[in-house]
Amino acid sequence: MSFLELSGVAKSYGPVTALAGVDLAVESGSRTAIVGPSGCGKTTLLRLIAGFEAPDRGRIALDGKVLANGGAAVPAHRRGIGVVAQDGALFPHLTIADNIGFGIPRNADKRAEHIVELAYIVGLDKAILKRRPHELSGGQQQRVALARAMAMKPRLMLLDEPFSALDTGLRASMRKAVAELLEEAGITTILVTHDQAEALSFASQVAVMREGLFSQVGTPRELYFQPRDRMVAEFLGDAIIVPARIADGFAVSRLGRIAVDTKGRRDVARIMLRPEQILLKRTSREGMSGTPDMLFGEVTDCEFAGSVCTVAVRLLNSPDPPDAAAIGNTPLILRRTGMDAPEIGEIVRLTVTGKAHVFA
Amino acid sequence: MLPREFAFRGSVLFGDRLVDDSRLRFDPPECHIAPLPPAGGGDPAACLMQSAIDMMPAMLPAAGMKKRRSASWITLAAALISLVALLPLAFIVWVAIQTGWDTVVALIFRPRVGELLVNTVLLVVVTVPIAIVLSVALAWLTERSDLPGNRWWSWLSVAPLAIPAFVHSYAWISFVPGLHGLWAGVLVSVIAYFPFLYLPIAAALRRLDPALEDAAAALGLGPWRVFARVVLPQLRLAICGGSLLVGLHLLAEYGLYVFIRFDTFTTAIVDQFQSTFNGPAANMLAAVLVVCCLFLLALEVMIRGEERYARVGSGAARKQQRARLGRATLFCLLLPAGVALLSLGVPFVTVGRWLLAGGTEVWRWDEIGLALGQTLFLAIAGAVLATLAAMPMAWISIRAPGPLQRLLESCNYIVGALPGVVIALALVTITVRVALPLYQTLFTILFGYALMFLPRALISLRASIAQAPVELERAASSLGRPPVKALWSTTIRLSAPGAAAGMAMVALGITNELTATQMLAPNGTRTLAMAFWSYSGEIDYASAAPYALIMVAMSLPMTWWLYIQSKRMAGR
Repeated sequence: MSFLELSGVAKSYGPVTALAGVDLAVESGSRTAIVGPSGCGKTTLLRLIAGFEAPDRGRIALDGKVLANGGAAVPAHRRGIGVVAQDGALFPHLTIADNIGFGIPRNADKRAEHIVELAYIVGLDKAILKRRPHELSGGQQQRVALARAMAMKPRLMLLDEPFSALDTGLRASMRKAVAELLEEAGITTILVTHDQAEALSFASQVAVMREGLFSQVGTPRELYFQPRDRMVAEFLGDAIIVPARIADGFAVSRLGRIAVDTKGRRDVARIMLRPEQILLKRTSREGMSGTPDMLFGEVTDCEFAGSVCTVAVRLLNSPDPPDAAAIGNTPLILRRTGMDAPEIGEIVRLTVTGKAHVFA
Repeated sequence: MLPREFAFRGSVLFGDRLVDDSRLRFDPPECHIAPLPPAGGGDPAACLMQSAIDMMPAMLPAAGMKKRRSASWITLAAALISLVALLPLAFIVWVAIQTGWDTVVALIFRPRVGELLVNTVLLVVVTVPIAIVLSVALAWLTERSDLPGNRWWSWLSVAPLAIPAFVHSYAWISFVPGLHGLWAGVLVSVIAYFPFLYLPIAAALRRLDPALEDAAAALGLGPWRVFARVVLPQLRLAICGGSLLVGLHLLAEYGLYVFIRFDTFTTAIVDQFQSTFNGPAANMLAAVLVVCCLFLLALEVMIRGEERYARVGSGAARKQQRARLGRATLFCLLLPAGVALLSLGVPFVTVGRWLLAGGTEVWRWDEIGLALGQTLFLAIAGAVLATLAAMPMAWISIRAPGPLQRLLESCNYIVGALPGVVIALALVTITVRVALPLYQTLFTILFGYALMFLPRALISLRASIAQAPVELERAASSLGRPPVKALWSTTIRLSAPGAAAGMAMVALGITNELTATQMLAPNGTRTLAMAFWSYSGEIDYASAAPYALIMVAMSLPMTWWLYIQSKRMAGR
């Protein structure tokens, strides 16, 4: 029995199906990220868990207690679930202190001390407590929203793209800080985001969502290296996908003979490699001769962007059987470090490390 | 990330009279357009410099110098107009000084004034809270619940604005002839004026970020407590602004209270004026009324405080969910239906009944045509004058804002908030004592209209100039248009519709104006409102009905426009 359990949760808005029957299990104290393109239904799912809306069908249970079943639902204010919205949703008519203490009863013991303590936990200066939300920066607002939600001592915290409004640098540090904070407090967390890197780095369990359904749920590594289909693979990062003939734990394709992550299969299928699995080594046209099983390519384009450099490589020789080569000789797009980026026209030798993933 | 300022300067149109108040903060678009005051903004000269820099066309320093000078001419014009606008106030002070302290004390501290004060205060204190509760309930039902036909109810809650307050009163008195006294005054006042509160409250409700209510629910608050602790506080600005408007109208209205025989300062001033002309007694009553108005203005500023209810954060707000009324639907329908019946049903039925009773006889077309022509002439001339007078002010408030501009602008608003009777009395006093040839001339009445309705024109003009940011003018210059052509093809083109709307609003205000018109108009003038008033004064209600109908018919399109505008401003 998991801490949070969703089974067959569905929700439509008129003719539009937002969720088409979603199952999810979240373990106590874990961090889960729900990631998907905008409009995939991830925010709807979050709102259903929070209790802002009731599902049409399905069941939501938290810690053994049913929160929603069919049309019936426990309202949000009786769920004890913390929510941090995209822009913080701070109350503009209240000071920061009153915002943080909003959920704490007014006559509670040591209310003021508790507010100061919460501000300290999320890394806010005490001086800020007297200010108003509009006087704060985006990062500070998010911290206030987090402190406000934590004041309730929620069992479950829902984060709805809380970092998307922040600058790139601040986003990463906030993400790390929030993850550590919630971990320490032992609060189970669900993060909704459209940013795959954020999802992979934040969570221990990632669910990729598309058109109201989960495409795949698993650990970040599983999802990244063994995606179920092309959509998941490409959503989580760049992918090189080529057709191949699989036999005896190896795939033969235009990239040569590569070890794969399945043993028993003998068929034709698509395999996926992450670009960072392909290593480039400088050589020359003369260096190409006499090595038939080696893979060579010519750099056709190189886009330098500082730390990263995008290199396009056209394969010059391909040990691949001719029928698969008929697919075409589109260049491989690889991201390298900006240092030592190859020049256009250079000849490189390509080597594959690790195993390729075979799509079902 | 800067907090997005949604508070905006607003214009609300008021059926028979408009008080535009920058404090209503009702429309959003200009904040990001208006340039920020320059650093060290305490210095008006610095502001002018800044505006000169803002307006300088690229590359040409000489042209820049020229612009700078024109900006200061505009400021000078705006300052002159504001000073002229303060004339009525200055004259009341002058009359008080001339009258002598003892006489002033004798005229002000007497039982009659106390009686009027009690009446007026009671009227305001009872009417405003009832109107607030009614408007919040209506606004919530129409904006935030799944009440069937809520768009219709919303329009029906604004529509009473199209009916001049004295026509409301006329309808009620012929419906329930025995109606009089405080409670009758409260009833008709609430019915006639609640849309002033409904409009801003409904707009504020529409604009509320539903994420805040979600957040409060997630923090453990039930629906009622969410309303009390999150929604209601955010309506404070709207409630303050609307209450101020209602309050000022209660102080200024004349016709409404004459019908139901309830004495307020305004009715007493007109009575006094009719019996003793512009004697010190009338002027001192006017002084007390001015103090009441200033007190209301100050009270509103105090209650409102320095709050800025900005939506913090980025991105578009999620669409609001409407509350399910369920079984309460039928019961809830009773409120808007009842209000519509009282505020629209009664006037329309009454006017219709009188028209039926009067038959074709009451349509004396020659007389109606003359009144209509005179009304249109006064309305259009007054609107043009008010708009011209508002132009310099509107220009500097967008292109060269600063402390001086804010001071000048508040002068205009205070004068605009004064009852028509006060302005009219002051102008009568001035013309009779100083410039007798101007007494009861076209010039004086148009001047009076311009003073009364300048804020209305100002608001529209300002909003429309804000629609044409200076960057567009610069872009036009950089694309090779000479300055005048650049101005023509950008700013003037873009602000023309807003200016026209402002003129229409002023014209509407003049059409339904009664008190000042009666006191200032040249002999022989007979506007629609005056004709209506004199017929109903002779208890010839049937002959008055066509005039009421024409005034309502002329007001309806503007009211509709206002309703659409308030929807659009709230982003729907």
